[in-house]
Amino acid sequence: MSASTDPRFASPGPPKRPLRLSWGDERVRGIVWQVLVVGIVVSVVYWLWSNTVHNLEVRRIATGFGFLSREAGLPIGESLIPYDPSNTYLRALTVGVLNTLKVAVIGVILATLLGTVVGIARLSNNWLLSKLAAVYVEVIRDLPLLLQLLFWYTILQGLPGPRQALNPIDGVFLSNRGMKLPFIEWTSAHWWTLLVMVVGIVLTWLYARVARAKQYADGQPRKVWPAGLALILGFPLAVWAAFGAPFTPDIPELRGFNFRGGLTVSPEFFALLIGLVTYTAGFIAEIVRAGIQAVNQGQWEAAEALGLRRTEVLRKIVLPQALRVIVPPMTSQYLNLTKNSSLAVAIGYQDIVSIANTTLNQTGQAIEGIAIIMLVYLTISLSISLFMNWYNAKIALVER
Amino acid sequence: MKALRLAMTRAVGGFALAATVTLPVLAQQPAVSGPTLDTIRQRGTLICGVNTGLAGFAQPDSQGVWRGFDVDYCRAVAIALWNDPSKVRYVPTTAQNRFTALQSGEVDMLARNTTWTLSRDTSLGFDFTGINFYDGQGFMVKTSTGVKTARELDGATICVQPGTTTEQNLTDWARSNRINFTPVVIERLEEVVQAYVAGRCDAYTTDVSGLAATRSAQPRPAEHTILPDVISKEPLGPLVRHGDQAFADLVRWIHNGLLTAEELGINAGNVRQAAQGDTRPDAQRLTGRTGDLGRMLGVDNAFMVNIVATLGNYGELFERNLGPIGLQRGPNALWNRGGLQYSPPFR
Repeated sequence: MSASTDPRFASPGPPKRPLRLSWGDERVRGIVWQVLVVGIVVSVVYWLWSNTVHNLEVRRIATGFGFLSREAGLPIGESLIPYDPSNTYLRALTVGVLNTLKVAVIGVILATLLGTVVGIARLSNNWLLSKLAAVYVEVIRDLPLLLQLLFWYTILQGLPGPRQALNPIDGVFLSNRGMKLPFIEWTSAHWWTLLVMVVGIVLTWLYARVARAKQYADGQPRKVWPAGLALILGFPLAVWAAFGAPFTPDIPELRGFNFRGGLTVSPEFFALLIGLVTYTAGFIAEIVRAGIQAVNQGQWEAAEALGLRRTEVLRKIVLPQALRVIVPPMTSQYLNLTKNSSLAVAIGYQDIVSIANTTLNQTGQAIEGIAIIMLVYLTISLSISLFMNWYNAKIALVER
Repeated sequence: MKALRLAMTRAVGGFALAATVTLPVLAQQPAVSGPTLDTIRQRGTLICGVNTGLAGFAQPDSQGVWRGFDVDYCRAVAIALWNDPSKVRYVPTTAQNRFTALQSGEVDMLARNTTWTLSRDTSLGFDFTGINFYDGQGFMVKTSTGVKTARELDGATICVQPGTTTEQNLTDWARSNRINFTPVVIERLEEVVQAYVAGRCDAYTTDVSGLAATRSAQPRPAEHTILPDVISKEPLGPLVRHGDQAFADLVRWIHNGLLTAEELGINAGNVRQAAQGDTRPDAQRLTGRTGDLGRMLGVDNAFMVNIVATLGNYGELFERNLGPIGLQRGPNALWNRGGLQYSPPFR
C-alpha cells in the first residue's frame, strides 16, 4: 500500500520546473541528502560484512553452508517426518521448522478460540463470568511468558511416572512422559478417506456459493446441509467401506520403561502449547472485546427492528464490522505467538531455535546458524502477515 | 507511481556514488585487535569462561567466590600473569553458548569441561592446550529402577544437554548397539538435572565426572547409580582462541608445570623451600632458578612457584576439588603411577 496509489492521499503536486544545480533548489538538496544517507547505510553494512569475513578468516572459523549436508548425529525427541541421527543437518533443521510450525499453527487456532470465548465472556451480563474473564486476562497478561512456560512444564513433570500413570479414560494415560492417546493403525485406506473428505469440503463450499448466488437471484433460500452431509461424510465413509473398513485400534500399553503404541503428546510440546495459548488468548480476548464494543449499540437495535434473529444480527451485522477492528491487531498477536514459540528452548521442545543452536554449536558456524533462524522466522512471519493483510482487505469496508 | 520510480532512481544513483566514495577507506580498517595476551595484560584481568555451576569443577561457594578444578586453572593463569589469583572475571557459560563466547572474544579462555575434538580444534577455530581431565561418558539412573548396565536402557527416555559431544556419542552408541531411546534435550544444566530427578527421564547422560558432581549435589546421593559403562573418550581441557600462540603456550605450560610439580613431589607446602634449596636440576628449572623458562613464556621466571604455593600441584588440585565429589584419580594419575597424565619435559 504505497501512498501514491491511494487516491485519498494523491495530490496534484507542484508544477514541473527545470532542475537548477544550486543549494537553493529544494530538489537538489533532496538528492544530496539521500545520496549521503544511502552512502552511510551502505558503508556501515559493507564495513560490518568485511569485518566479519576478515575476523572469521583470522580466527580460522569455517564459513559457508556446506555443513548442511553433513551427518547431524543429534537426537530429536519428536518429529513430524521420519528422522534418524544419521540424517543430515538440513533434515534436522527441517524437523525443527516443522516443529515450530506445528506449535504455531495449533497455538494460533486454539488461542483464537480461547481468546474469543474469554473476550465475549468479559462482555457477558453474568457478573461471575465477566469477572472471571477479567481476572484471567489481567493475571495472564501481567506474568512473563517464560515464567509461565516453566510453571506449566514443572506441573507436567509433577505427574506420576509411567507405571503409576493416571488413566482418566480407557486408553488415555497421563504421566510425566506425556499424554498417551489411543489411535488407529493408519493405512493407505485412511489417507484416501481423508482425501475424499477434503474434496468434499471444497465441493460443499462451491455448492454453498452457487446456492447463495441463486438466492440473491430469486430470493428463495436453499438448503445446503443435505448435500454437504453427503459430500463431507457420506462419500468418505463409502470409500472407507470400499477399502474393507480397516479399523485396528492402536492402544498404548506399558512395556519396559514407557508406553508403546498410540499417539504421544510430549510434556515439552504440551507445556509450550498451553503456555502460548493461555498467554496469547489473554491479549486476543481484549482485542475481541474492543472489536465488539466498537460496533454501535444502534446497529443491534436497528437490525432487531428489521426482524433479524439475534444470531443473524451477530453473524451478519455485528461481526463483519467488529472484524475490521479485530483483524489488524490480531495479526500482531499471531506473529507474537509464533515468535514466542522460540522460548521452547527453555523447556526442551526441539523447535528450529533449539536445533539450529545445537547445529551452530557443533559446527561452530554461529553466523550461518543465526541467519537460518532469522530466515525461518522472517518467512513464517511474512506469510502470516500476507495472509492476514489479504483477509483484512477482503473484509474491509466496501462502499457501494 | 511516478514519484516512487523517481525516488528509486535517486536511491540507486546515491548508492553508486556513495559506494565509490566511502568504500576504499573503510576496507583498510584493521578488523582484529592485538593478540589475546596483550589485550589481557592491558585490561588487567583475565576473563575466563566456566561452567554455570558444576560441583567440583566450577561453582560459586556460599560467599559467591568461584571454586573448582576448572576455576583453579583460570586462577593459575592470573597468578602467572600478575601473581594475583583474584584478577579473574568468571563468565558462566552453558554447553551451547560457550563456543560463541570464546569465538567472539567475550572470554579469553574456556576452562569448562570441554572435550577436545578434531572439529573443535579446526573448524571452530580453537586451540586446546592440553588434557587436564581424562573423562568418559556414562549414564546415571535412579537406583530404584534396578538397571545395572547401559544395555538395559532400550526404550528408555534419556535426558541430555544439547551442543555437547555427549549428545552425539549418545546417538552413536545407540546406533551401534541397536538401542532405541527418546531424547529430552534441555540446555541449562540445572533444568536438565531437574527433569531427570523429577522422573521425566529414566537416565541422565553426561561425562562421568559430571554425573559424579550432580550425584553428590543431590539430597540423597545413594538414590542414584552411575552405571559402569563408559561409552566414549572425553579428554577435557582448557582451550583458547586460535591466533595467539603465546597465550596458548602459557596455558599449556601451566598445566604441564602443575603435572611436573606433582611428579617432582613439589607441593604447596614445600615449594618455597624447594625454590631456595632443591638441588635437583628439574626442580631448579620448575622453580625458575635456572633455565629462564618463564621469560620464554613472557611471564615471571618464578611463575610456577607462585602458582603451586597458592593452589598446589596437579594432585592437590584434584584432591581438593574432585575428591569431595567422589572422583578417583583413575586415568588421571601420573604416567609413572599407572595413569595418563604426562608432561613433556619442562625445560
